[in-house]
Amino acid sequence: MAQANTVDLSLIEEILDEYASVPGSLITILQKTQEVYGYLPMDAIYRISERTGNSPAKIMGVATFYAQFRLQPIGKYLIYLCKGTACHVNNSDLIGATIEQELGITNGETTEDGLFTLEHVACLGCCSLAPVMMINGEAYGSLTPQKTIQILQDYRKKEASA
Amino acid sequence: MKLVVGEGSCGIAAGAAKVYDALEQAIGEKDIHLGITGCIGMCFLEPIVDVYDDNGELGARLVKVNPAQAGRIVDAVSSGDLSSIQKLMIKDEDKTFLDKQTRIVLRHCGKIDPTSIDDYLDDDGFQALGAVLDHMQPEEVIDEIKTSGLSGRGGAGFPTWFKWNAARHAPGDEKYLICNADEGDPGAFMDRAVLESDPFSLIEGMIIGAYAIGCKDAFVYVRAEYPLAIKRLENALKIAEERNYLGDHILGSDFSCHIHIKAGAGAFVCGEETALIASLEGERGMPRLKPPFPAESGYNGKPSNINNVETFANVAWIIHNGGKEFAKLGTEGSKGTKVFALSGKIRRGGLVEVTMGKTLREVIFDIGGGIRDGKEFKAVQLGGPSGGCIPASRLDTIIDYKALQATGAIMGSGGMVVMDESTCMVNTAKFFLEFTSKESCGKCVPCRLGTKRLLEILTRICAGEGKEGDVELLEELCNAVKDGALCGLGQTAPNPVLTTIHYFRDEYDAHIRDKSCPAKQCADLVTYRIDPEKCTGCTACSLRCPVKAIHGVAKSPFEIEQSLCIKCGSCYNNCHFGAITRE
Repeated sequence: MAQANTVDLSLIEEILDEYASVPGSLITILQKTQEVYGYLPMDAIYRISERTGNSPAKIMGVATFYAQFRLQPIGKYLIYLCKGTACHVNNSDLIGATIEQELGITNGETTEDGLFTLEHVACLGCCSLAPVMMINGEAYGSLTPQKTIQILQDYRKKEASA
Repeated sequence: MKLVVGEGSCGIAAGAAKVYDALEQAIGEKDIHLGITGCIGMCFLEPIVDVYDDNGELGARLVKVNPAQAGRIVDAVSSGDLSSIQKLMIKDEDKTFLDKQTRIVLRHCGKIDPTSIDDYLDDDGFQALGAVLDHMQPEEVIDEIKTSGLSGRGGAGFPTWFKWNAARHAPGDEKYLICNADEGDPGAFMDRAVLESDPFSLIEGMIIGAYAIGCKDAFVYVRAEYPLAIKRLENALKIAEERNYLGDHILGSDFSCHIHIKAGAGAFVCGEETALIASLEGERGMPRLKPPFPAESGYNGKPSNINNVETFANVAWIIHNGGKEFAKLGTEGSKGTKVFALSGKIRRGGLVEVTMGKTLREVIFDIGGGIRDGKEFKAVQLGGPSGGCIPASRLDTIIDYKALQATGAIMGSGGMVVMDESTCMVNTAKFFLEFTSKESCGKCVPCRLGTKRLLEILTRICAGEGKEGDVELLEELCNAVKDGALCGLGQTAPNPVLTTIHYFRDEYDAHIRDKSCPAKQCADLVTYRIDPEKCTGCTACSLRCPVKAIHGVAKSPFEIEQSLCIKCGSCYNNCHFGAITRE
């Protein structure tokens, strides 16, 4: 789905000015680029390649190695579903299945309306609230299937009335 | 009077920031101070608000506070009569959670404002650093750490002084000190708590370490998933530098040291030190063979020393109180204390710091209050994906590197997840292998393929497609991965499988031979049905079914459409008539 020049590359020039010539900064550059676009557009990767002298293949190698980096745009609401041990023990699989059923997406996918993206994360660290999900930074704990559906529907309603 | 809200990540997730805002509004012009502190450690009672009197003594601890109660709290505090908020106060039985702990690493956590250097200074902060720079030689610092017996708290338990000494004596002027704050174990949040609640103590420990090994630049490699920890650490570094506890000519001495933050990008393998170094250098975080050890050739090929957050958080205490005091705590082979993140099916979950030598039973039952909902304890998982499950029969094992290793588990970095009868042990092993197979960096074959094959076999067993001989196959493969893998990730990845086979073989056999899951957790082996004799058609189950798989007409028996059922158990838990069966 990569389209040519769909993003404004001037937005990352400042980042590249600061870090392009600093050795060992590739991860930092990618993190800051993702902060700008919400993901790593292919055009940005080519631009980073030009400025840093790293081949696009090497940059892709780093970008795909780490869980933090995304190569696709995300929805308006990013759902982190915690897959930590405490959440697992408290049946986070069921919460995952509920979200998948409710939204029709699986891990890493975005709903067609561009509203929700689901991402499994290793551990959000709020283990005493397990099972937990986080939507755009807001944590929701002690989830049950019903509660999960209610939360997602509340977001939908908020959008519909906005 | 002062109100202090516990604002660690857990507290905030439970609503502490909203409580803070509500209190701020309720206080308005009243003469009550409002402040924050980091993690108090009692996650199960968050959000927590502490009431301090004018002498700075803790007057009352209010728990599970919600924003709607802010007005009442402020009224009670300003009137000086707290009887109207008696019900919000912590119960005596819950106080035992803290009373039975010994806090060194967490000595300031939940007490001081993590954004205030003055709070830290008032609580003996930077005294150790002052003493070190004033009258201790680097060798003396290393000797003091040696006397203390401090060992690496990241999990491996290697003597800290030895690593420092090796880095100190490695040839070259350019050396690096690195703090591993890439806390990757699912179910572990000890390091995050220190970063968020007491960042100055990490900084002080790191500068002392840097002085001991002789380096001018240090890094904290911290998970990007810990935004609050990064924010508080950045703030603390800035203030420490402004006040000359960090930077050039620290406290007027000849010693200069700068600390830089590097945010990790999410890779469990980066907890391994050579992988972490590769990641610091901006590369894929793949480990390499040792030797050379980082002490000889680490970051940028220069001698480097890596310790974990908790290790550094012990350092200032040791220097301030003396290595001998530290060595008095604990067992012959394991000195000091250990912090655990206690979670799972426990009544009182949170951060626990105990002296080495306490038993698992004391931590889980005396401090954690045992299993919640009246269920039976089954196992405790230590050490995350590198660790193992310890059964009830071994609950009297003491917290000691060797004693824990003898069970097949490891001390680990401090994740302690408690499981009850509803947790399937085969499924638990599968859960960890899902994690390690995904996190395997792919460099060496035993780990890359071994973890995948282990996962496939476990998945098959959980789906009811296990075969005779599968357990033996798992064991053989586990040993091959352990022996053949390049780094700690692969060498320890089989531990969850081996320990569950060792202690819970009967569960494997039940899955394989009887196609049943004794814990009723493996969805493929469980079927929910409605007994038409008992069903009254009350619609309770149907209304609560998240996937609308239960159909029927009110007042006559309902039915579950098996093809839609996701086996969530919601109907089973909500039926008042015992009409739902689970087989």
